[in-house]
Amino acid sequence: MEKFSSHTGVGVPLRRSNVDTDQIIPAVYLKRVTRDGFEDGLFSAWRNDPTFVLNNEAYAAGSVLVAGPDFGTGSSREHAVWALQNYGFKAVISPRFADIFRGNSGKAGLLAAQVDEKVVQRLWDHLEENPGAVVTVDLESRTVRAGEGPDAIEDSFDIDDYTRWRLLEGLDDVGITLSHADDITSYEAQRPRWKPATIHAG
Amino acid sequence: MGRTMSEKVWDEHVVRSRAGEPDLLYIDLHLIHEVTSPQAFDGLRLAGRQVRRPDLTLATEDHNVPTVDWDKPIADPVSRTQVETLRRNAEEFGVRLHPLGDVEQGIVHIIGPQLGLSQPGMTIVCGDSHTSTHGAFGAIAFGIGTSEVEHVLATQTLMQAKPKTMAVTINGSLPAGVTAKDMVLTLIAHTGTGGGQGYIVEYRGQAIEELSMEGRMTVCNMSIEWGAKAGMIAPDQTTFDYIEGRPEAPKGADWDAAVAHWKTLVTDADAQFDEEIVLDASEMTPFVTWGTNPGQGVPLGATVPRPEDFEDAQDRVAAEKALQYMALDAGTPMREVKVDTVFVGSCTNGRIEDLRLAAEIIQGHTVAPDTRLLVVPGSVRVRLQAEAEGLDTIFKDAGAEWRGAGCSMCLGMNPDTLAPGERSASTSNRNFEGRQGKGGRTHLVSVPVAAATAVRGTLSSPADLEPVAVGSN
Ligand code: SF4
Repeated sequence: MEKFSSHTGVGVPLRRSNVDTDQIIPAVYLKRVTRDGFEDGLFSAWRNDPTFVLNNEAYAAGSVLVAGPDFGTGSSREHAVWALQNYGFKAVISPRFADIFRGNSGKAGLLAAQVDEKVVQRLWDHLEENPGAVVTVDLESRTVRAGEGPDAIEDSFDIDDYTRWRLLEGLDDVGITLSHADDITSYEAQRPRWKPATIHAG
Repeated sequence: MGRTMSEKVWDEHVVRSRAGEPDLLYIDLHLIHEVTSPQAFDGLRLAGRQVRRPDLTLATEDHNVPTVDWDKPIADPVSRTQVETLRRNAEEFGVRLHPLGDVEQGIVHIIGPQLGLSQPGMTIVCGDSHTSTHGAFGAIAFGIGTSEVEHVLATQTLMQAKPKTMAVTINGSLPAGVTAKDMVLTLIAHTGTGGGQGYIVEYRGQAIEELSMEGRMTVCNMSIEWGAKAGMIAPDQTTFDYIEGRPEAPKGADWDAAVAHWKTLVTDADAQFDEEIVLDASEMTPFVTWGTNPGQGVPLGATVPRPEDFEDAQDRVAAEKALQYMALDAGTPMREVKVDTVFVGSCTNGRIEDLRLAAEIIQGHTVAPDTRLLVVPGSVRVRLQAEAEGLDTIFKDAGAEWRGAGCSMCLGMNPDTLAPGERSASTSNRNFEGRQGKGGRTHLVSVPVAAATAVRGTLSSPADLEPVAVGSN
């Protein structure tokens, strides 16, 4: 997993609440056998609508999604996070995330930044008035920033300390366990020799 | 204070333990199949990681492989892609694979024990919930998700919070004609589908000790159907006799050392379980499900229950919905329920002992005119053994379809499915809506009930069959 300290990218205003995992990626796209390529199914039901935000050129290269409350409800499919990442999103900002989605995001390295509902409103207004404007998500200082001058938006976001630490260090679960590789190796050294194996040397 | 069997096995596998954190557990055997592994391997690739212990990993193809024409290319494109991906991944990461067409291919939970890889005191995981089957050997065995599959591939460990312990004691002896399947269906109807949530269960008592290894596997297999994390049975002489001489069993001095250790893995007399259930096997009868979860079952001699007889409001609503889906009227004797398809197979009841029992009952009879009987051996070895004993001929002479090894109609991922509205009596483990095909209706049954039902076309036990004069072969 890549380390995440701060990211600045085009903000995408998704004026919807309760975006569930079936809307993020419908089940028919789950047949793939890889962990990439899921961007083709991202928000697939809405992609046919010419007025959908990602169909606007100015937002197409977006990497910071700004969504309404209760983002990521529904099934536990990890594909929802992969689809957002495969498309190019590095962070999702919302007033409230579904628990499983938040957990899966942290595991995969997608930043789920929880902000006050008013901040989302202001970001939406700003991004709609200035299509293609960028949003900065700073994990070190736990702040989101957008715009300049007197109308600049700057506010803090919530993320639990453990997930923040893992993202800053770029550690997924496997990475954390591998940091204890010495413990695993010494455990292996004392396993009885009669334990079964599927492959035999020689 | 003494420890339970599961606590002893758990303690032997702790790599790292910190207060407030889950334990890091070492995994002795990781079983892999085509459906839940592709993204795990891709995750390894994306992170530039290797499989830490290919020599503790075994892959096979079972969930979506066809059970006819297994020597031809797979017709279904999704199945073909998954199978081909597994083959590529096994090759790239150096994992031993038993593909379709190989003599060791079969349902992952059948081939582990068959090869002698499933042994007492092990930790065994697989991206499949019925991994609990291997607990019959006195192992801690449970199903995991795809991210955890990747974690085990990369580290040979899992982070796990220690579950609570439960004892299910089954006293007495099973009456003749009543099987391990009836025992576990009775238990699940008793506890409900969530009764085991959060527990590693130890099945014990006279009736459990009297079971063969096959029967013990049937019981442990269905642990997940009442919510348990895992099910275990203490290793004893029956266990050792089953393992000894199998290809991957310890040999010579290693065998003696292993058995000596395995004998210590029993619950101490003064150990405490967090929970305890006691049942009496001598009162058990053939048991069948009427609803859409494995807990909705009754004795074969009973009638379809009335929703208003359930005290709990939720159970009542669930019963109403289930009866509607199953198209059953309350009060109908279970024996009058007409069945279109009988499925004998799956990791619950697809072993040689199951096929012998089915053949013994079917012999001399024919499958009812409007009924289809599908017999699917759990592994290629089971198929070959059955054919060597002439069981296939008995099935085919009776009008049954004799198939190749795989999960088949247990989950209907391959072409073996029920048509909408079709009703089955199935020796598998799940009767969820649509499990065996969209709109299909499943009754979970034991092997003897399946065989007798195939002959009569309605849910039946062997006692309902006309006696036949059996020939001399
Ligand atoms: S036979 Fe059924 S329950 Fe067993 S592994 Fe296959 S699909 Fe799962």
